[in-house]
Amino acid sequence: MSISDISLVDWSRAQFALTSIYHWLFVPLTLGLSFIMAIMESIYVKTGNEEWRKTTKFWMKLFGINFAIGAATGIILEFEFGTNWSNYSWIVGDVFGAPLAIEGILAFFLESTFIVLMFFGWNKVGKKTHLLSTWLVTIGSILSSWWILVANAWMNDPVGMQFNPDTARCEMVNFWQVAFSPFAIHKFWHTITSAYVVAALFVVGVSSWYLIKKRHESFAKKSILVGAIFGFVATMLVTVSGDTSTFQVAHKQPVKLAAMEGLFIGKTRAPIIALAVLRPNVPISDTVNHFIFKMEMPGMLSKLGYRDKNAFVPGIYDLVYGNQYQGIEPVFKRMERGTIAMIALNKYKEAKEDNDTSEMRLSLAEFRTNYPDLGYAYLDKPEDVVPNIPITFYSFHLMVGLGFYFVILLLVILFFLWRKTLIKRKLILWLAVLTIPLGYIATELGWIVAEVGRQPWAIQDLLTVSKATSHLSTLSVQITFILFAILFTVLFLADIRILLKQIKNGPKE
Amino acid sequence: MFETMTLAALQQYWWIIISLIGAILVFLMFVQGGQTLLFQVAKTEDERTLVVNALGRKWELTFTTLVTFGGAFFASFPLFYATSFGGAYWVWTIILFGFIAQAVSYEYRKKQGNVLGTKVYEFFQIANGFFASFFIGIIVSSFFTGSYFLVDKFNLSAWMAGSYGLELMFNTQNISLGFAIFCLTRVTGAMFLMKYIENKEISERSANQILINGLCFVLFFLLFLGILITKDGFAIDPNTGKMYMEPLKYLHNFMQMPAILAIFLLGVLLVIFGIFKGGIQKSSTAFWITIFGVIPVVFSLFIIAGLNNTAFYPSTYNLESSLTIYNASSSKYTLTIMSYVSLFIPVVLAYIWYIWRVMAKKKINKEELEDTGHIY
Repeated sequence: MSISDISLVDWSRAQFALTSIYHWLFVPLTLGLSFIMAIMESIYVKTGNEEWRKTTKFWMKLFGINFAIGAATGIILEFEFGTNWSNYSWIVGDVFGAPLAIEGILAFFLESTFIVLMFFGWNKVGKKTHLLSTWLVTIGSILSSWWILVANAWMNDPVGMQFNPDTARCEMVNFWQVAFSPFAIHKFWHTITSAYVVAALFVVGVSSWYLIKKRHESFAKKSILVGAIFGFVATMLVTVSGDTSTFQVAHKQPVKLAAMEGLFIGKTRAPIIALAVLRPNVPISDTVNHFIFKMEMPGMLSKLGYRDKNAFVPGIYDLVYGNQYQGIEPVFKRMERGTIAMIALNKYKEAKEDNDTSEMRLSLAEFRTNYPDLGYAYLDKPEDVVPNIPITFYSFHLMVGLGFYFVILLLVILFFLWRKTLIKRKLILWLAVLTIPLGYIATELGWIVAEVGRQPWAIQDLLTVSKATSHLSTLSVQITFILFAILFTVLFLADIRILLKQIKNGPKE
Repeated sequence: MFETMTLAALQQYWWIIISLIGAILVFLMFVQGGQTLLFQVAKTEDERTLVVNALGRKWELTFTTLVTFGGAFFASFPLFYATSFGGAYWVWTIILFGFIAQAVSYEYRKKQGNVLGTKVYEFFQIANGFFASFFIGIIVSSFFTGSYFLVDKFNLSAWMAGSYGLELMFNTQNISLGFAIFCLTRVTGAMFLMKYIENKEISERSANQILINGLCFVLFFLLFLGILITKDGFAIDPNTGKMYMEPLKYLHNFMQMPAILAIFLLGVLLVIFGIFKGGIQKSSTAFWITIFGVIPVVFSLFIIAGLNNTAFYPSTYNLESSLTIYNASSSKYTLTIMSYVSLFIPVVLAYIWYIWRVMAKKKINKEELEDTGHIY
């Protein structure tokens, strides 16, 4: 059984990308707002000031609107692993299924059960019990993110498992390595803190609009205070976790790093590109300048990736065609070994059916020798290991640029807040309002870097996306893609309109 | 603790866990059943608001249970996850569309600027109520009737019917269980509304619905059960591991597992007694009586589908491709880890029970809704 219908793969990818992008439009606000609400309610319980209760309840209302559609798109993502990536589900289900199940049992239930008490329990339980339920929703959302990101990180760095030729799948051998891999830890921190930044920008932006309109000023100032401090702390954590995440990528996915930084030819004292324009349609085998224009910071990429300004960072050319001086093998060698592993696996299965123990032993030994490159057997040509460079490169740089802008903006807001003159700074307030969508753009770009940069792999070095799909008709996936696109878009528009109406109405006086 | 268990014992343990989560899911689908009754038990806008708000405080539970059911199946029996979701594509997609619509329908229904209008969101609730219950019934029934798929020597599966699951609707037994589950959720939905809403008219209409849907449930369920216990079943030879068709297999499973038969019969009796209590005596205790019947009935159906050397997801295309708890499961290591995780399930049930009790202290009426301040 082989799937060679590229169109099916592309439609399946498009559907998953569509669902992921929509899902991630709602999740950051859910994650961040739950934390911000919990802080606000804690202040209310501590001080007894009713204004903090009113403030908490307003943001809770927006949280509820956003949570519903986040949950709706989330359930689709979980089940799409089965519906659209059934080969993937079998080949890695033994490892990948566990974090998803744990997320449901340990995290999502916590979040979705206590959310009921959080929304409806204001007058049914005491203040402290209600506060506890709000914090449990926050903790549930954090745990939920943890397990989902453990699963995602494992696709990039498949640790704690081995391939079982009898079942023809990856099997978990060390749960703790999967659950607490460095890749997962750094990915979690980077993702969740970026979500906190998005939510903080949302709270600050909406509150700034009230200040501009001279409405609900006391409420708005309180919200900005919490949002800006929370957001500024989060931006610091995003910066640190961005650095450590890049370090992980450098070691586990060097092609992705090279694409992120547009490093075509490897070098020592490799630079970070601050600003550049790529020359379109230049093949990677071409050694001409791949940039129309670029501004570099020498040595910084070496420092970022290897903690040494003078370290050699391999470029795309080295990683595809090899670099004997740096001990980097060309991809075609790995493709050869992958093919040998695949043939050996086939022979092993046939020998097992025939009860030919001698052939089983031989083919198994050959398989084990070449197994680390198994995934390379699915590639058509060495250049296939390179993800889409322009998308990865521009997404990464735009994300980083926006990140630095958020740090400055939040710092400026905090400064004027401290000087008690923020209300007079109309330009800053308008900037805060206009920055709301930029937060979403930045975090979506982050996911584009992570997922487009991972291509062609579903599981790094082991399984390509082209071999991971379900055995479906292209037409079926085309139809569901269109249906999902229409439904998600309509609901997204509804979500935006409802949020805008609620914001316009403001908190209850 | 779990490390000392054999792989077969862990596979059976996980089938029991899956059966339990499946049973709890069908119990919680009273939300779906209640949604389909929206225009039948509530005739005014105020009444509809009461119904939607009563159900709206529970929808996340059903939703989360479905997510957990999927996750648990993925972790414990990944070959089922791959084969069924990737094959019966259209059936699962329809179910999922219903759940997307449901998730937003409560929060958006009455909100200003909701683009589609209140009626559309109410239609979403009715659509989810029907499609989720009916098609989950179809899928569960296919555990006994089989599906048209092939699993190759690398354990990669392919659905061999071009209609990708829609063909399952052309089977009497599947349809009968689909409608039986649909009617059952309407029965439990009506009982829930009767118990937790303070409104005489809604209670009266709910009692009528319990009676009508209870009778329909009994008819469809008897048809399903009649076919089930008289048909050949998909069996595994424990010595060779080969699949074969065994006459009266599911009847044999009941007879060879008398405890399961007892649980099943007790469940059926409780459901029938619950229908009587709710429909005739109009008693609000009917809800829990029926729920304590639904859980054992669904649980025992799952058990006879997967245990006692039975293929739980049979292939009618190629008998040898049929999935059993032995060939479709995760590795011993993963099942062991997941078994430790399963120890948290009682904790989850305990806090769900606590929240349920807190929310049920006072029946839902207009004043209670205004008091909470968060109205759907």
